[in-house]
Amino acid sequence: MTQIVDASGLSCPQPVLLTKRALEAGDLLVEVIVDSVASRENVRRLAESRGYRVKVDNREDGFRLTIEE
Amino acid sequence: MPTNRSENLTAFFASRWGIILAGAVIGVLAPLLQKLGNPPNMGVCVACFERDIAGALGLHRAGVVQYIRPELVGFVLGSLVAALLFREFRARGGSAPLIRFLLGGFAMIGALAFLGCPWRALLRLAGGDLNAVIGLAGLSAGIWVGTLFLRRGYSLGRAFRTKAAAGWVMPFLMVGLLLLVILRPQFSEGGAVFFSLKGPGAMHAPLLISLGAGLLIGFLAQRTRFCTMGAFRDSILIRDFHLLTGVITLAVVAFITNLLLGQVGFGVAAQPVAHSNYFWNFLGMVLSGLAFLLAGGCPGRQLFLSGEGDGDAGIFVLGMLTGAAFAHNFALAARPDKLVAGVVQVGGINTAGMIAVLLGLVVCVVIGFTMRERV
Repeated sequence: MTQIVDASGLSCPQPVLLTKRALEAGDLLVEVIVDSVASRENVRRLAESRGYRVKVDNREDGFRLTIEE
Repeated sequence: MPTNRSENLTAFFASRWGIILAGAVIGVLAPLLQKLGNPPNMGVCVACFERDIAGALGLHRAGVVQYIRPELVGFVLGSLVAALLFREFRARGGSAPLIRFLLGGFAMIGALAFLGCPWRALLRLAGGDLNAVIGLAGLSAGIWVGTLFLRRGYSLGRAFRTKAAAGWVMPFLMVGLLLLVILRPQFSEGGAVFFSLKGPGAMHAPLLISLGAGLLIGFLAQRTRFCTMGAFRDSILIRDFHLLTGVITLAVVAFITNLLLGQVGFGVAAQPVAHSNYFWNFLGMVLSGLAFLLAGGCPGRQLFLSGEGDGDAGIFVLGMLTGAAFAHNFALAARPDKLVAGVVQVGGINTAGMIAVLLGLVVCVVIGFTMRERV
């Protein structure tokens, strides 16, 4: 199941916390939408530190991170 | 879109070495700025310097703390340059601005009860002032309380993109301040702009050096997202020690630089521009730490964010300026320890200051409980 976390407009640490919550809920695929490079790096660091693979797509108004095991 | 080279640079700045570089540069520059004229253990203090700016503009009339600090102008403009170069400048705002203003005000009142923001707490420690240990403990305690709110779904809500002009307000304001400190106009006899003739406000490094150091720090901090509050918050909340690495580097490098410059003097009583009233040192920083956490960044980070177009961070900065005005006009700010005929007179805050700190804590807790999304 894919869970989509829309963290656009939220400032740190909320995108990270929402991502953490989604990952801990056990979803196989988590997509996170952020609108700043700072949030992108923070979410990526969290996911990678927990052994997930992260793919980043640029969107018109930010980034979409696809996080999977 | 940014080129590969700029992506590589972005990856470097986001790495552990990036944050260590930022901490090390601040750790060298701050003691050097002190050597070149800034007040003791105050090479860089965001709260103190904003207070000095409020004084220079006449928002408060404490004659010994009035100067337009070019370092802070540099913080915002350095961040602006970095954001423009790396295409990260985004005008945004609208996330509970008035709450942020209030948080800024009380963060300042807490900082002035301790006599320093987190930046200066680190620099005071690096200069041997052991009261800073208590201050940092208070800061961590305040941040810890804040993380409890975060876990319960605390949020100031989303910010939204807005027109570019809105993002340029803080940078332009800073250019205005820079002009005031260069031209030093006096708008009426005995009136603003004020520049202290004695006291900490009269102590400053040469203007261009202060500005240059600020620009460099602003640039690096924008790229690395350096944040003294975030360092403690992330360590407590998600066991992420990335930012803390930068903060520890700052303290260690500043200590070594201070040793080399002969600026270390261990002690508790009568440390420079500091008081040794433990309880209020602690509680002042609890308030500051909690307010910074609820607003999402330390006072430095708020300046850097305001340089990359974040209007909410700009509002927080203006709240801090206003808080400084209240702190001095209402005599809420702490008095430093004094040596009178060889005897230490312990400073601290008066009853009004104590009430203000407690009121600030109540306001922060109410904000923490009421501003939340469902989890």
